[in-house]
Amino acid sequence: MFAIEANGQKIEAKKGETILQTLTRAGINVPTICHMEGLLPSGTCRMCVVEVEGFGGLVPSCSHPVAEGMKIRTNTPEVMQTRKTIIDLLLSNHPDDCLYCARNGNCDLAKLAADNGVRDRTFHGERTHRPKDISSPAIIRDPDKCILCGKCVRMCEEIQGVSAIDFVNRGSKAYVGTAFNEGLNVSSCISCGQCILVCPTAALSEHKYIDEVLQALADPEMMVVVQHAPAVSVSIAEEFGFKPGTDFDGKMVAALRRVGFDRVFDTSFAADLTIMEEGSELVHRVQNNGPLPMFTSCSPGWVKFVEQFYPEFLPNVSTCKSPQQMMGAVIKSFFAEKENLDPKKIVSVSIMPCTAKKFECGRPEMGRDFVPDVDFVLTTRELAELFRITGVNPAAIEPEPPDNPFGERSSAGKLFGASGGVMEAAIRSAYFLLTGEELKEYKIQDLRGMKGSKELRVKIGDLEVGAAVVSSLGQARKLMDEIKAGRSDIHFIEVMTCPGGCINGGGQPIGADQEAIKARMNALYQIDRDDRLRVSHKNEWVQRLYTEFLGKPLGHKSHELLHTHYEKREVLL
Amino acid sequence: MPTVKSVETILKEHPNAGRDHLIPILQEVQESEGFLSQESITKVGRALNLPSSKIFGVATFFNMFRFQPKGKYHVMVCRGTACHVKGSGKSLDMVTKTLKIQPGETSRDKLFSLEIVACMGACGLAPVVNINGQFYAKISPMKLQRIIEECREKEQTHANA
Repeated sequence: MFAIEANGQKIEAKKGETILQTLTRAGINVPTICHMEGLLPSGTCRMCVVEVEGFGGLVPSCSHPVAEGMKIRTNTPEVMQTRKTIIDLLLSNHPDDCLYCARNGNCDLAKLAADNGVRDRTFHGERTHRPKDISSPAIIRDPDKCILCGKCVRMCEEIQGVSAIDFVNRGSKAYVGTAFNEGLNVSSCISCGQCILVCPTAALSEHKYIDEVLQALADPEMMVVVQHAPAVSVSIAEEFGFKPGTDFDGKMVAALRRVGFDRVFDTSFAADLTIMEEGSELVHRVQNNGPLPMFTSCSPGWVKFVEQFYPEFLPNVSTCKSPQQMMGAVIKSFFAEKENLDPKKIVSVSIMPCTAKKFECGRPEMGRDFVPDVDFVLTTRELAELFRITGVNPAAIEPEPPDNPFGERSSAGKLFGASGGVMEAAIRSAYFLLTGEELKEYKIQDLRGMKGSKELRVKIGDLEVGAAVVSSLGQARKLMDEIKAGRSDIHFIEVMTCPGGCINGGGQPIGADQEAIKARMNALYQIDRDDRLRVSHKNEWVQRLYTEFLGKPLGHKSHELLHTHYEKREVLL
Repeated sequence: MPTVKSVETILKEHPNAGRDHLIPILQEVQESEGFLSQESITKVGRALNLPSSKIFGVATFFNMFRFQPKGKYHVMVCRGTACHVKGSGKSLDMVTKTLKIQPGETSRDKLFSLEIVACMGACGLAPVVNINGQFYAKISPMKLQRIIEECREKEQTHANA
């Protein structure tokens, strides 16, 4: 610790910190664009420049280490004017269509312009124009709105290890694009949507299906059912001004009914179902020397990632469909039969924290007789938009329970929303399935928290199981390379595509920091602590589904409806 | 005439290549195949463990790489200082308009391709254009158009014969 001077005031700095970190801790705000918490600074946007006494020019605070005795000024006329000019230049090549923009209301660039007093257009000139890429079912790229901060490129490369996009060309002609300027749909993009979360503008946004859903809702011929994922209820409240971690479970269910959905189901029910199938599959693999380790298959971005980058591991991926697709399959079979409905007359909508789910529901194997199991996927953000368009305020509604037969859930199913949750739920049930006893303590602390990679050895009866949990595909890559190199002490691996799990999914409210993600995570843990039903195998409605319809886990019907297969995927790697 | 080497051969000549070998390898591939095809870029990517988006990014950074095969007539327009002062920009505009291609592209009949070069070392002849190795001095849009027409006619008579 040593002292520096900032704006005439003495503040404490730590060795190894950047100027920006020191200033932020002292409560001095410095605007940034390209800065990303937790990654090495890139220093490309120059928004964060400050004046340091004795230095010739302005210094980018995000990438300059703080040094003893520095005298820093962050609000001299020169600094403020420089920031303004940078924003002005960015705006000079920006389409003026804010009122129609997908990020209208939460645009970082608009906020920067407002915060720094940019009120006049100083630069007039030609703007670059590049076509929108609407080829992906999940993500839309609009290069016209791109300000070349490079955050999406770094997210895709450094956190996810995918590198579907990069800078193309040079200088004033530079833009962010895919290899060979092909569409995202044939690129190595896994549709995780993390790029959308870091994009300061609407250069990246989700492919919206709100109009299609509204159209279905307005059609009296159709029965429109909806399912909502575990991580949505703990984040949707943020879109309505509540603090992160507020749970809107019942309110959201009630609001979905007000919007006009005929049935509201809880995807956590299907998560319980997944545990029954996946748990049985793991036991089967262990007993039959089947390909181990087994990877979870709930996260569609991850599944596409394996198909592209590690096809040799495809036999190791659980054949279970994801909870969304399991729910979709039983809606269009069991539920349709029960209601005496033609599956073609059911529109199945799902509310997900995820953009990759939009891709997943369109996979050809996810349906039967040309009827998809899930018709439309809306993200948490789109759900908020749907509520606003239809004039439903979830905050003001009394909570209601979801509909049966797919409404009851255990809190283990709810934990699916956070990294480590699938593993925790699986261990709870596997312990019972193998020993006939319940775990004494359901909570498994080692699997909780925001760490990207967690490991645990757990004794179930005579069996010692090595469990690993990774979130973000960069972490997954590391673990897979270890396994490729011969590591064999792990039997079961949970992979979630997004850092921290679905609570930080690509479809979640934009602008959440680490604290907000943690709050969402803790909200899920809170639900688990307070719940009466905390294990999947005790979910009565899941058991009823087995006795009335499916038979037994891994049975014939299960195989037909709840399991799938994977194939090596040829994309532009 | 450069020898035609396969991408595999080129990669073999760079054992244990890392990302710092990328540009020399791309140069050799272009020299051998005339351009960088999707196939060769993916092959190079697989060998160097680099995503093709990254290689495409690096390759588009430099003017020397092209992503379409050269046409039968490869038109190089000099945009160096001397040629610029003497108005080579106008000739370039004419070419892009008549051939309907941008620099780096090849016309759909595969007859013409266009490239901008910074200087050919023939500033005394500015503005200068080079087609398939032959220099054309003191070019004007009119003159260049006539040269292109001549190339076309030559192809026509070839085809008729």
